[in-house]
Amino acid sequence: MLRRVLALILKELAGLWKDPKTRLVIIVPPIVQVVLFAYAASYDVTNVPLGIWNEDAGTQATELVRRFTASPAFRTAGSFDASEAARRALDAKTVAAVLHVPQDFSADVLAGRTAKAQLLLDARRSNSALMAQSYAAAIVATFAQDLHPTPMLPVILLTRDWFNPTLESTWFILPGLVCILPMIMALLISALSLARERELGTFEQLLVTPLRPAEILIGKALPGIIVGLIDANIVIAAALLWFRLPFLGSVVMLQAMLVLYMMTGVGIGLVLSSFSRTQQQAILGMFVFASPMIVLSGFAAPIENMPPMVELLSRADPVRYMLVVARGLFLQDMPNAVVLSQAWPMALIAATSLTVSGFAARRVLG
Amino acid sequence: MLQALDASPYLSVERVLSTRDGEAAMIAGRVRGMLVVRDDFSQHLSRPALWPAQAQLVVNATDPNTARILEGYVAGALQVWLSGQQHERRLTATGDVDLEYRDWFNPELRSADFIVPGIIAMVMTMAGTLLTASGVSREWEHGTMESMLASPARMSELILARIVCNFALGIGSMIMSVLIAITVFGVPFRGGFLALTAAVSLFLMFALGLGLFISTLARNQFVASQLAFITTMMPAMMLSGMLFDIAAMPHWLRIVTYLVPARYLVSILQTLFLAGDVWPVIVPNLAGLAVAAAVTLTATLLVTRRRLD
Repeated sequence: MLRRVLALILKELAGLWKDPKTRLVIIVPPIVQVVLFAYAASYDVTNVPLGIWNEDAGTQATELVRRFTASPAFRTAGSFDASEAARRALDAKTVAAVLHVPQDFSADVLAGRTAKAQLLLDARRSNSALMAQSYAAAIVATFAQDLHPTPMLPVILLTRDWFNPTLESTWFILPGLVCILPMIMALLISALSLARERELGTFEQLLVTPLRPAEILIGKALPGIIVGLIDANIVIAAALLWFRLPFLGSVVMLQAMLVLYMMTGVGIGLVLSSFSRTQQQAILGMFVFASPMIVLSGFAAPIENMPPMVELLSRADPVRYMLVVARGLFLQDMPNAVVLSQAWPMALIAATSLTVSGFAARRVLG
Repeated sequence: MLQALDASPYLSVERVLSTRDGEAAMIAGRVRGMLVVRDDFSQHLSRPALWPAQAQLVVNATDPNTARILEGYVAGALQVWLSGQQHERRLTATGDVDLEYRDWFNPELRSADFIVPGIIAMVMTMAGTLLTASGVSREWEHGTMESMLASPARMSELILARIVCNFALGIGSMIMSVLIAITVFGVPFRGGFLALTAAVSLFLMFALGLGLFISTLARNQFVASQLAFITTMMPAMMLSGMLFDIAAMPHWLRIVTYLVPARYLVSILQTLFLAGDVWPVIVPNLAGLAVAAAVTLTATLLVTRRRLD
């Protein structure tokens, strides 16, 4: 049995490897994507184009404006003297925020009243708007503090950022890419595998070979797992060598988890494949599954913020568990008990999907 | 003080007895951060001579974005508590500076309002490039392309038929996604349908052209769909400004994003949905889309002509 399965695996791998174009799309894209996307995926907000609408000629207002323009978070991109002009600039995206200082600002500060200023934000991109808000709040807080250096705060809050002390976005994104890029590859390879044979009519040929259905399935599953693992390790190598990420956990543990994770991907791919008559159906099915798998995994947005229904749905998403493991092993030296608590849902998904694909394939083979 | 944290709608508080327990909870992902208050905190606080009293906030910064937001929330909750305390102790607060925020276009900062337009761009990408690429490469793979070529239809006619068909499909899915966005997700649509149709049409021309181009190069559905994913789906997600702010990217990457037509579409869609027909935003982006469409369609024509010789 082993020899027969091995032969089928070699046949599948040879099918992927013999065509130079196929070889290219397995190896090159992960590298290019890692480099592009790791740099792209930054939540840091710098250089927000800021418009100034200062109606107050007083020194306090000038000082507040100076603090905004001196901050690395903002850069001046225009000044206005009327609400209409400010509005038009925000509409046209020439500025992303406008600082409005009303006439009586300096007078209020000097009189010891609460002085009011306004920040108008372009919230078409709500995340950036939120970040710009918090930077502005910090600037204004220090400004107020410097105005009245009385010991108003009897409490000091020391903040320490564990696991990622300099708050690097790439540290957060790269372990995510370790999960996502191989998943797309494993899904695609396995989703197309059975569907291709069926579409080209070579499935019958496969049936007349001495291979049993289970063996065919194993032979179809392993190439996806192998290629996925290769891709995952390309991304890991790039993360460690190029981006200099720390890796605190156990390498063996990561590889073992990746094998399990790839089994979930291949399982889902094979289910899609055994229900599709053509490759096009398989590709579309894969797209329909892959996008929510990425979006719901917590790759870009934290799962805690999702509505309860969506959160429930994300529990069926293997990417969710692997993300916790990858981030944990890279950055936190996650203890094995915690890693294993993420492993059993993945094992469950893999077992379910592989069983379903087994039954579905047997129906076709039967 | 802990009551103040409990009162914040953004935080859910769990008490632990030692820093070791807190650390374990943080690694297990049960808590995002812990506030360490030593037992002499109240003592320090009650005697001005011992000020300042110290508390330590330890945050799991694996996700820097959430970490930063959490720090903001905790600091905010403490601030509220402190000003309450000051009021009690009759410490007079002298002139403060109050910054008021006006979030235009999306006053509640709902993520759905800016993610949904981005997702529509992704759907357009799929309808255009992925379907076309796999459809045509399928003809090559099956050898039915040769029989099509042997028919009296000319190459340009074959391409045109393909484009018209998938174009109609793309427009159909655009109408459906916009309806879903408005009715199910409650995203406002403040622009006009003229600008929307123009933008989506141009983008579809680009996507279809790219799909045809890929399929003439690939002639194999695996390679074609993989290429379609890499050249359209992933950049549409990562480089279009849908998830991540383009202005925050390194300079060289910002230049690269100009090569991603989804960037122009996302920009137009976000403006149309949330702001309205702002022509200074729409026109340059339409121009970008037109150039992209012209490039891929010409490239496709050139490549197919050469392939036939």
